[in-house]
Amino acid sequence: MPSAHLSHLSNSSVVTIEGVDFSYVPGERKILSGLHMEFRRGQVVAVMGGSGCGKTTVLRLIGGQVIAQTGSVKFEGHEVADMSSTQLMQARRRMGMLFQFGALFTDLSVFENVAFPLREHTNLSEELIHDLVLMKLNAVGLRGARDLMPGQISGGMARRVALARAIVLDPPLIMYDEPFAGLDPIGLGVTARLIRNLNDALGATSIIVTHDVEETFEIADYVYFIANGKIGAHGTPDELNHSADPFVRQFLDASPEGPVPFNYPGADLDSDFGLRSK
Amino acid sequence: MKQEPKSRHRYWLDLFGDFGFFIRRNVTGLGYAARMFILVLSRSGSLIQRPRLVSDQILFVGNYSFVIITVSGLFVGFVLGLQGYYTLTRYGSEQALGLLVALSLTRELGPVITALLFAGRAGTSLTAEIGLMKAGEQLSAMEMMAVDPLRRVIAPRLWAGIIAMPILATIFTAVGVMGGYLVGVPLIGVDSGAFWSQMQGGVDLFDDIANGFLKSVVFGIAVTFIALYQGYESKPTPEGVSQATTRTVVLSSLSVLALDFVLTAMMFST
Repeated sequence: MPSAHLSHLSNSSVVTIEGVDFSYVPGERKILSGLHMEFRRGQVVAVMGGSGCGKTTVLRLIGGQVIAQTGSVKFEGHEVADMSSTQLMQARRRMGMLFQFGALFTDLSVFENVAFPLREHTNLSEELIHDLVLMKLNAVGLRGARDLMPGQISGGMARRVALARAIVLDPPLIMYDEPFAGLDPIGLGVTARLIRNLNDALGATSIIVTHDVEETFEIADYVYFIANGKIGAHGTPDELNHSADPFVRQFLDASPEGPVPFNYPGADLDSDFGLRSK
Repeated sequence: MKQEPKSRHRYWLDLFGDFGFFIRRNVTGLGYAARMFILVLSRSGSLIQRPRLVSDQILFVGNYSFVIITVSGLFVGFVLGLQGYYTLTRYGSEQALGLLVALSLTRELGPVITALLFAGRAGTSLTAEIGLMKAGEQLSAMEMMAVDPLRRVIAPRLWAGIIAMPILATIFTAVGVMGGYLVGVPLIGVDSGAFWSQMQGGVDLFDDIANGFLKSVVFGIAVTFIALYQGYESKPTPEGVSQATTRTVVLSSLSVLALDFVLTAMMFST
């Protein structure tokens, strides 16, 4: 049963998640519980929330790397859990994913990393592969770094190379796992604009998993906040900026006080520091 | 005092439980490894169209082990020459030194020592490589690019190990024979003609060389697969990769020695 908040969505959704429960060890703590989300074609949708709230798990569910215990995850109208391994592989060819730390192949050069999906999935000529790879590297500003090895480039550059690799097959869905983590201010702004521009140029759908509010709100069309495995709040960046919801306010104002506890549960300070008389 | 029998009962129950858990975990692991082995073999077909993937890995696992194999082979040959001569002179048959050196190396020492060195040199490097690829999310990234890591990463390395091991064992044996010759003939003074002719007459192509070759192929499969499996199943942390590397050496070495006994028994019985 889709929840009421999905009413903003049209039939052109690329990914739908309905009533998903998920835990990595069945029977133990649920990472996600009764999750409803939808990602529309052509939009940049952000999935935000604190560390360990299950944001990355959402991407893994969409990519079929993990399967929900209950509920439905559909990609382009097809249930991911019901796909055969061949169908799943075909679906993944239509997804690009940027991993948090790039996940570049350390034994391949920058050029070969970006060329990897082309060599694996197409029979293009070497000349065409060369041109396509340089085009994608040019889009991320790293055409000149094509001969370097991953060990010779910075973390931010590795993330951009991984981005070029993720889009080299022009996928209709691009997923970004923490694309802004650890970037300097220049890299942050450039990456944010790049994500928006690439999405618009390719006519793709982008899902950004992040906790970087400022950059995300500038480029996202729609934002989901996850808290305690559920959707805590959702809306356009403008709607959320004006929201009085305590969860949204806590996150946007970076406050330790609010519905999401900052401190891990434990004994109180007095007893831990031995201040209480025994 | 009344609780003592209860805690003793509990102790035995826990011990029994731990033993059961240990057995179940190992049997599960064995089954999982067997399943992975079959999957890797079934996904090796595409390597025929892309032999470069295998040849690159042969260069990696084979070439890197070449120096240690050659040097070890030479010294093992030296020692065999000295020990063999010492024993054979007791029976007045030092002319058979060439035969002793060649049979020891082709039937036993060549495949076994090469496999042990291969496990220490190439096996650990394969485990660490795969484990670090897993820790760096490279295998996950490959899956998300619709590329099967078993087909693209594991299969080429397994076949490279299977091909490289017999070649390395052959080099070890050949260099070992040369080592035995250098000690036996120029140094000690055994007759050169007797050294080679006894070897030529006593070493059988099928019983000795082919059986030794078969052993090295089996050891190649065992060592390479154990190394790859340990890397693929390692915890994606520095401790996990380090433990997996250690397990590779221990399990590979024990497997080689156990398989050597089984294979030797089978070869003797036929």
